[in-house]
Amino acid sequence: MENYIIEMLNITKEFPGITANDDITLCLRKGEIHALLGENGAGKSTLMSVLFGLYQAEKGEIRKNGMVVKINNPNDANDLGIGMVHQHFKLIDIFTVLENIILGVEPNKMGFLQKKEAREKVIKLSKQYGLEVNPDALIEKISVGMQQRVEILKMLYRENDILIFDEPTAVLTPQEIDELMEIMREFAREGKSILFITHKLNEIMAVADRCTVLRKGKLMGDVAIKDTTKEELSKMMVGRDVNFKVHKKTKELGDVVLSVKNIKVSSKIHSNNAVKNVSFDVRAGEILCLAGIDGNGQTEFVSALTGLEKTSSGIITLCGRDITKATIRTRSISGMSHIPEDRHKYGLVLDYSLEENLVLQRYWRPEFQHFGFIKSNAVRSYAEKLIKQYDVRSGQGPITPMRSMSGGNQQKAILAREIDKEHELLIAVQPTRGLDIGAIEYIHKQLVARRDAGKAVLLISLELEEVMNLSDRILVMYEGEIVGELDAKTTTVQELGLYMSGAKRSTAKENENAG
Amino acid sequence: MQVNIKKAGKSKGFSAFTAALLAVLLGLVFGYIIMTIASPANSFLGFQKLLMGGFKRIGDVFYYATPILMTGLAVGFAFKMGLFNIGASGQYTMGMFFALYVGFMWKLPDSVHWLVCVLAGMIGGMFWGLIPGIFKALLNVNEVITSIMFNYIGMYLVDMLIQGNATMYISSKTRTSYLPASAQMPSLGITNSSVNISIFIAITAALILFVVLNKTTFGYELKATGFNKYASAYAGMNGKRNIILTMAIAGAMAGLGGAFAILAPSTIAGSSMTYEPVSVIAANGFNGIAVALLGNSSPIGIIFSALFVSHIQRGGTLASLYGYKPEIIDVVIAVIIYFSAFAMLMNAMVGNLIKKLFSKNQSEKILPADPKEEA
Repeated sequence: MENYIIEMLNITKEFPGITANDDITLCLRKGEIHALLGENGAGKSTLMSVLFGLYQAEKGEIRKNGMVVKINNPNDANDLGIGMVHQHFKLIDIFTVLENIILGVEPNKMGFLQKKEAREKVIKLSKQYGLEVNPDALIEKISVGMQQRVEILKMLYRENDILIFDEPTAVLTPQEIDELMEIMREFAREGKSILFITHKLNEIMAVADRCTVLRKGKLMGDVAIKDTTKEELSKMMVGRDVNFKVHKKTKELGDVVLSVKNIKVSSKIHSNNAVKNVSFDVRAGEILCLAGIDGNGQTEFVSALTGLEKTSSGIITLCGRDITKATIRTRSISGMSHIPEDRHKYGLVLDYSLEENLVLQRYWRPEFQHFGFIKSNAVRSYAEKLIKQYDVRSGQGPITPMRSMSGGNQQKAILAREIDKEHELLIAVQPTRGLDIGAIEYIHKQLVARRDAGKAVLLISLELEEVMNLSDRILVMYEGEIVGELDAKTTTVQELGLYMSGAKRSTAKENENAG
Repeated sequence: MQVNIKKAGKSKGFSAFTAALLAVLLGLVFGYIIMTIASPANSFLGFQKLLMGGFKRIGDVFYYATPILMTGLAVGFAFKMGLFNIGASGQYTMGMFFALYVGFMWKLPDSVHWLVCVLAGMIGGMFWGLIPGIFKALLNVNEVITSIMFNYIGMYLVDMLIQGNATMYISSKTRTSYLPASAQMPSLGITNSSVNISIFIAITAALILFVVLNKTTFGYELKATGFNKYASAYAGMNGKRNIILTMAIAGAMAGLGGAFAILAPSTIAGSSMTYEPVSVIAANGFNGIAVALLGNSSPIGIIFSALFVSHIQRGGTLASLYGYKPEIIDVVIAVIIYFSAFAMLMNAMVGNLIKKLFSKNQSEKILPADPKEEA
């Protein structure tokens, strides 16, 4: 029998209505990088939360070094040497790096903090693993990549030797991802064991030794990476063959649909402008992608473009009409459709039914109301038409409460609503965030179909693969500015990464030539 | 039982109704405990009177239900849009003053006099709701603060205006004079009860609001804004206009309540309801908050919760026959009403508790799944 450091045997975890983990066994060897692969909702996070003591499993047991252990809360997990970097960092913004690292295990004498020895230990650890951070910097002032280092240091400071990384690469640039991979390999060489949760196959192929695949709460298998391929893994994960490439026909460019000139948007967080002098055109029949790492002004720019926030200067023209100061309704009527970044906050009224959400942009039109009274029959038949046409799946059809629908189908509902509305410009902000591969495939196809139908598509995305696959042209946004324009056919992920991290930028002259 | 609960979970209206019933039950239990503490010997008989007494005075139950039904609508309707209208008292007092003014100062044909008084009351309340609405919409001033302050401004203003008007005010009796009979609302003719046609107007108003909320584009916008103001802005709804309109309608409801209260016919011939300008904020306004909470802000629910609250209040006055001081009775009523209302707020918690009690085979801990992670 092999020596496993952690064995999770026959774990079953139920939530009201669903079985998140159904008889799952996962065994982690000492010194290996073990990937946990699955689509959203496959049960990866639940399984890790059971290991980390956030949830208790109904059935099954956890063993460490062959001994059965009971993990009731994260402190128990910590005592067993299990540490976790969460997908959404658990840091206190207004504390320093050092304060965050020692949080919960503060060294003290009679209640007085002893920061000095803690500082020495942190500095030693960060030197040892090449995780350079300034211990006195405030979390809110450092980059997301740095914040992740702090999370990793937190685990090291607690002398954990079983490290769980929950989707750690989602917020990083390609270069930062490479660095993280190297750090993970270093940990493994030292004998630490790593559980690496992800749905990105390339990263698994690059770094992992073994991979456990989950689908819909069930265990699909446990394979050694050297014996498998990307295609095989994705088939295990999704249950069918997946097309990674989006097929696009070449398309003649039409007229300029959207033109923005010298847009500035002030920031709510700091005194500088969040968006500085952004200018570009989008033409009919193209997908223009605004790429960049999260937090470089994309959100503020889209808010200003769609009318949710005010611009401080600049001109926005849609189909030849100045809409800089127009209301949201006017923009919508002028031909702007908007798939918002945060579908729960902006895109949907979760307490409304599916049909009520499907008419959110057009309930006021004559076909849906008569002297202010809503024609419920018209709404119902319109909703049924969209549900059929866009294959929106739900428990009770048009009257399904939005809140009860899955993320993929919620997004499909938004997509159906925004595409079916008359539009010339479709603004899609992170349209596939948090969706499974099947839904991503579908949404990508629909976006390309819009382009082929001669509409202008402005895509704002953080996913490099999505950017590379879908766009005709790429603009990179860094610290509120457009720092480069790239042709999607000729550029590489590495080049894109350099622009995204601010390491490279086109000169103004180059920009002019490109534009 | 388990089957019933499962079914209840499926129908939204029904589960809200069962939750309200449970809340009321909890409120009654606590009320009973207070009565037992106050006077153990009489608590059973007293509590029985409190519960059943209202049925013997059914006319009064409807009569006292009318103003709180209206203030309940004022709070509940605004709450549907996510606005917390604490100012129902001020709007109620304003409505009452406008109705009184027209009742005393305008000479109109008998047949329409009371109707004009009612309309005047509606306009008064609407005006007093409109102002916090405008502040909220145009200057983003929190409506809770402005409407609380407008309770005081309204109350002192009305007291001052009444005391300064010799036709309306009898200073020796520190109350308003008797209204002319033409300004009083037609009675329903139940002996020893002031119940009048205003209860029908109030129920009609609730039904109209129900239709507005559920069948019109305005109601659609209003609820969308209440559920998610970001999504309603995203959909291009005119938030400012809707806030002002909602507050004006809410104010109009409270104003009607004030008019109904003061224009009710007296059971003694030749007299009328009177108002005493003694610098007290109208309690009916605050009771409206409890009524709205208990009715889950739904106009139909508010009809029933207003009747319930009025019923308990009537029973309470009878319970004093068993030696309970009026103050104790007030405390008990307050405990019942507010406990019920707060229990409604904790709707979900109560629901979970029930689930736990009736499904022993499930796990001991019911942890909510993070919708983003697990959906």
